[in-house]
Amino acid sequence: MPAIVDFSQVEKRYGEGPLILDRISFTAERGDFISLIGPSGCGKSTILKLIAGLSSLSQGSLTVDGMSPEDATEELAFVFQEPTLMPWLTVKKNVEVPLRLRGTSGQKRAEIAAKSLSLVGLADRAEYYPRQLSGGQKMRVSIARALSLSPKILLLDEPFGALDEMTRDRLNEELLAIREQKAWTAFFVTHSVAEAVFLSNRVFVLSANPGRLYREVKVDLLYPRTQETRHSVTYQQQVAVVSKLLRSVEAGKL
Amino acid sequence: MSRRTLTYLLPVLMGLVFIGLWYAIRFSMAEERRFLLPSPDQVLAAFNENSVALAKGALNTVKGALIGLSCAVVVSLVLAILLSLSPLVRSSLYPYLMILQMTPVIVLAPILILWAGPGLPSVSIITFLICFFPMVVNTTQGLISTDRNLVDLFKMCHATRRQELLLLRLPAAMPYFFTGLRIAATLGPIGAIVGDFTAGNSAGDGGGLGFLSIVYSAQFKMPALFATAFTGCMLGFVFVSAVIWLSWLSMHKWHESFNKGDA
Repeated sequence: MPAIVDFSQVEKRYGEGPLILDRISFTAERGDFISLIGPSGCGKSTILKLIAGLSSLSQGSLTVDGMSPEDATEELAFVFQEPTLMPWLTVKKNVEVPLRLRGTSGQKRAEIAAKSLSLVGLADRAEYYPRQLSGGQKMRVSIARALSLSPKILLLDEPFGALDEMTRDRLNEELLAIREQKAWTAFFVTHSVAEAVFLSNRVFVLSANPGRLYREVKVDLLYPRTQETRHSVTYQQQVAVVSKLLRSVEAGKL
Repeated sequence: MSRRTLTYLLPVLMGLVFIGLWYAIRFSMAEERRFLLPSPDQVLAAFNENSVALAKGALNTVKGALIGLSCAVVVSLVLAILLSLSPLVRSSLYPYLMILQMTPVIVLAPILILWAGPGLPSVSIITFLICFFPMVVNTTQGLISTDRNLVDLFKMCHATRRQELLLLRLPAAMPYFFTGLRIAATLGPIGAIVGDFTAGNSAGDGGGLGFLSIVYSAQFKMPALFATAFTGCMLGFVFVSAVIWLSWLSMHKWHESFNKGDA
């Protein structure tokens, strides 16, 4: 079976602009939870866009499940920085949108949407409109929408950045709990070291201008992880390691 | 007194103050000049006296305004979709739209009368020309302001252009569309009256409010002129209310502007 995502010497620049990504190479295994962390301008989000086929690479090669990213879009789902819901549709209809675009029949859509919503704990909000939900709930709907596609790869671009810490922690735990049932590979862009370590088995620290893969940290913590994990010594040591790397990257930038 | 009662009471009070001021100004004027400002009761009497003519005129104006406005809605929607397709289409068409907008429609009126004939046809076209621009600009803005991420989401799901337009861009543009429609609804009756002022006279249907105002001013009927102005004002009020009601119908469930903190 081919690697789920394989970057080989990937470079990216927009037009004649400066280099955004410089010779990025890594192989993601099925089931990996990879966090991308680094200063702004390091191209974290660009990496997600390349995988999603929303942007094309300038050099090197990239395969997603053995295919070109454009051919692999059926296998992945994107969770954006903002909830990105359609305000004129109910929660349920919002979750159904990607399925509708892929031509899934109405009844099947409703079934899948209901399942996804109960997975994120919002089954009772199906008929609500987005404006009636809190920020955390909107993000959950956004995740439910992504899950409704049963993706092999989940791309998350700083999804919890705008939420308060309590909500963020809880959503992190919920995300991992859902992952116990659905084994997708995740790419997670974040600015929070704690979040990156808590969620991932691999943390990629990137440097900026141009974006390079500076160091990879393997997180030695077993899944399932819970709130208790945050109190463990290993977790705190790993957070310290990543923080230190991030600081040296940021210092190098100046 | 509760705040609620005040919000209802104050506008009524202001109205009474306004009528009082009106009388006061009239009686402070020299006797021989008072004909310039008829009193509210004279205006009411003029309403009574000319009710048939005013109703007929209003009906003709409404016809012109409705036809012009409806055409503006349809044409602007089609054109806005076209304009939203690419920046290239926009940059090639916008200058000419601007030219059309900058041209004083009133100067076009004589030409339109010759082309389309006096009365309803010319009045409708003039209304259309006045209403069309704010609608096309607002709707286009709405169609091209769609959330980038949602467009990406649609792309990732291999949505067709048709799906993108029908399921994403058009509904997302709805608030913008209604903003344009609201402006157009105030302009509609005005456009019809202005059009009628220049093009309504020889139509044989008695003309609309614009033509009535010409007749009354020739006859020096000041109270009737005031009554005509108030009739036009009421028409505008009805048009705008109808649009507000329509936008409430289509958006109150989801749009933030209708959120009364009930969430």
